[in-house]
Amino acid sequence: MTERLDGPQAPGGDLPAAGAPSGRPDTPVADPAPDRGGHRLGPSPKLAILFLLPALLLLGAWVIYPIVYSIFRSLYDSTGDHFVGLDNYASIFTDSSTLTTIRNNVIWVVVAPLIVTVLGLIFAVLTERIRWATAFKLILFMPMAVSLLAAGVIFRLVYEQDPDKGVANAVITVVHDTFSSSQGYPGARPRENDQAPAAVQGGAVVTKQPAQAGQPVLIPLVGLKPDLLKDASPAKAAPGDGRGDGLSGTVWLDVVRGGGGTLNQIDPQEKGLAGITVEALSGGAVKATTETATDGTFHFSALPAGSYVVRLPQSNFTAPFNGVTWLGPALITPAIIGAYIWVWAGFAMVLIAAGLSAIPRDALEAARIDGATEWQVFRRITVPLLAPVLLVVFVTMVINVLKVFDLVFIIAPGSVQPQANVIALEMWRVSFGGGGNQGMGSALAIFLLLLVLPFMIFNIRRFRRDER
Amino acid sequence: MRKLPIMVAFLGLAAAACGGNSTNEPAKSSSAPAAKPLDGVKIEVAAKWTGDEQANFEKVLKAFQAKTGATVTYASTGEDTGAYLGPRIQGGNPPDVAILPQPGLVQQYADQNALKPLSAEVQAQIDQNYTPYWKELGSAKGQVYGVLVKAAHKSLIWYRQGAFDDAGAQPATTWDDLVSKTAQTLSDSGTAPFALCAASGWTLTDLFENVYLSTAGPDNYDKLSKHEIPWTDPSVATALEKMAQIFGKKEFLLGGSSGALQTDFPTCVTQVYGQKKAAMVIEADFVAASVGQSGAKIGEDAKIMPFPKVGDTAPVVLGGDVGVALKDSKGAMALLEFLASKEGGEVWAKTPGYLSPNRNVSPDNYPSDLTKQLAQTIISAGESVRYDMSDLAPSAFGGTDGKGEWKDLQDFLRNPSDVKGAQQKLEADAAKAFKK
Repeated sequence: MTERLDGPQAPGGDLPAAGAPSGRPDTPVADPAPDRGGHRLGPSPKLAILFLLPALLLLGAWVIYPIVYSIFRSLYDSTGDHFVGLDNYASIFTDSSTLTTIRNNVIWVVVAPLIVTVLGLIFAVLTERIRWATAFKLILFMPMAVSLLAAGVIFRLVYEQDPDKGVANAVITVVHDTFSSSQGYPGARPRENDQAPAAVQGGAVVTKQPAQAGQPVLIPLVGLKPDLLKDASPAKAAPGDGRGDGLSGTVWLDVVRGGGGTLNQIDPQEKGLAGITVEALSGGAVKATTETATDGTFHFSALPAGSYVVRLPQSNFTAPFNGVTWLGPALITPAIIGAYIWVWAGFAMVLIAAGLSAIPRDALEAARIDGATEWQVFRRITVPLLAPVLLVVFVTMVINVLKVFDLVFIIAPGSVQPQANVIALEMWRVSFGGGGNQGMGSALAIFLLLLVLPFMIFNIRRFRRDER
Repeated sequence: MRKLPIMVAFLGLAAAACGGNSTNEPAKSSSAPAAKPLDGVKIEVAAKWTGDEQANFEKVLKAFQAKTGATVTYASTGEDTGAYLGPRIQGGNPPDVAILPQPGLVQQYADQNALKPLSAEVQAQIDQNYTPYWKELGSAKGQVYGVLVKAAHKSLIWYRQGAFDDAGAQPATTWDDLVSKTAQTLSDSGTAPFALCAASGWTLTDLFENVYLSTAGPDNYDKLSKHEIPWTDPSVATALEKMAQIFGKKEFLLGGSSGALQTDFPTCVTQVYGQKKAAMVIEADFVAASVGQSGAKIGEDAKIMPFPKVGDTAPVVLGGDVGVALKDSKGAMALLEFLASKEGGEVWAKTPGYLSPNRNVSPDNYPSDLTKQLAQTIISAGESVRYDMSDLAPSAFGGTDGKGEWKDLQDFLRNPSDVKGAQQKLEADAAKAFKK
């Protein structure tokens, strides 16, 4: 802003001769004014009122009247026939879903303006020092050119749970998987019926009957697509009886494509599950551990005779890390605030950068010459000098955040709308979006107005003081 | 501006009608100055349909014009019919006939005295072609105002034949078979049995309505629709417990309940037919459009089974559009009479994507086998067909995102073990909405 003000001033000083003849419109006006003997410049109050009248009428029709009517309407019930006094206002503070919206608005107001202002400040200070500052600023400012609705659609996709679609989860899963990748057979589980020889216990698959040496253990699993194991070797029964010196058995996928097959028996088409960790337990303690071969068989040699419980620990079945549930009830508000920051940080940066360029350089240089570190210059000189601009940005953001609507409406899926709801959205929904209660809606609108009002007054006062 | 494309559509239709359609002959003879009952009468009809649905409806209007000589103009209200009609009613310039997407609006406009009672001729058609339930549905304050002209069939389960073949699963006729055999077999074979669009709350209310109609029967269904029995009634508990048999098993739902709650309609249809991640989706006949977009062929890969019996009643829940007269003109009544008649219904039935609630419209008229199958279930269900309960409720309870029944059923999906808590929340919200 200041840059732009500075700009025209400099050439204006250079070219007074060129500027004057091109017609200064106020010169003829300024001349007759003293003739009228007025002590005031400009038109008479009557004329001023005449010219202001259209604007006043529009203001009256579009701002004053709606506010007054909303106040009036908020005192009536949904049909508009019965006077209910302040009941609508009372129910704002008793209804639990409306209280959620107030809580969410508080979170928004506390978090979003602060982050936007701080990020804007950081970007503004840093872009001052880099070469491609304009390009950088342009890119940061670009989200402002996108409508909030479109930004909402974009972030709905960004936060998609499926890492194949959602960028946020794609990044997180890639980072996660480079450190710990999931192995084994997520989703595999024993059948849930009485005949199944194994059952789930605390995530692990455990045989129901104790196994004896020399007697092959069968652990049929289901819940995987047979197509996933197309290339695996067919399952084989463990060569049990002949050796008799250890415990052996088979872990395999007991599913035949197209159905059929004998349950809990190894059919020729069925595939073995390779690489599964198998533990033999006795008295609750792990006595031996082995892994299945490609055909799904396992063998514990040199186990003391006795009966064992065979367990496939949970590590075989851990589901792949599927990213964060951004759009779930817990994270929805922070997620939407993230989208909001993406949109507005650039705006804050541009405003603050304009303020920054107006700071007297000598103060900064003096501090640097006195041996202040860059951090000290930033903390003690830049930020205090910028404080008025920062405050304006902050307050503007607070007002903006209080009436946030579109992002919440678009990003939150229907099922978490109640958890993500904010006052402005609730107001719309109650009065038009199916609620049909315009009395309550008007009460919410007035409540929102009361919340915004102090910040508006504060901002207007500031502007006035600046003008003086 | 709005009228222009409609006129174009009209011209296109006229051209199409000359292509050997059954309306061909009367359309031609309409130009002859014959003694038709409504010559020179102008009728305006407003409905929400656009695109193909509008073109199909205009075919019916064309047949009506040919028969009576009246001139009918169609106005599209857009998605929000109330927002379009409200100002026109208040301005004293309503269309002659409006097709309302919800019976709740019949009640609302009747309260505003905006509707005209149907003439004896229209009522005679209704008595002849509809069961008394539908007559009552279009009535308010003892007067008959509306007639259901178009139905959406909401008692269906769509399945993917490929997934059923791979798993060796069979369509089920009872709920127990569906849960313990069909779904279990699919799940064992590694395919999630159900894709739910739980982020769109109305898909859950549809599911509940089917289960409830089947377990509690049509009488209780009516009582619950009017909130004459509370949602804490044991019959509701039974229905919710049945639903919990699906909701409570995370391997039955694609992505578990958390995934389902983030999926909105029609993404779940894509998950079944496009991404082939799940095997079944429980939703209405209009899923067909999304099935087509996913590239699956209806009847080959995409098949339907009627919603299985959960209790004693084979459930048939319909949604649909109700025609009402906003002006007491001869033309308006004649058009409604035509729409309620067997004749009008059969013209409409020959167009794709239409299902008639009229029991005398023979299923043979429908162009696809699928629609024939649907029409058959409506006719065979006879007296026990019911209208979508959530659309009968005040919209603060049955039709608002994140509120009322939508929210409470979503919460129930999140925590299916808490049947009692879900019932209490439903009852609290219903009491609030019905009190108004």
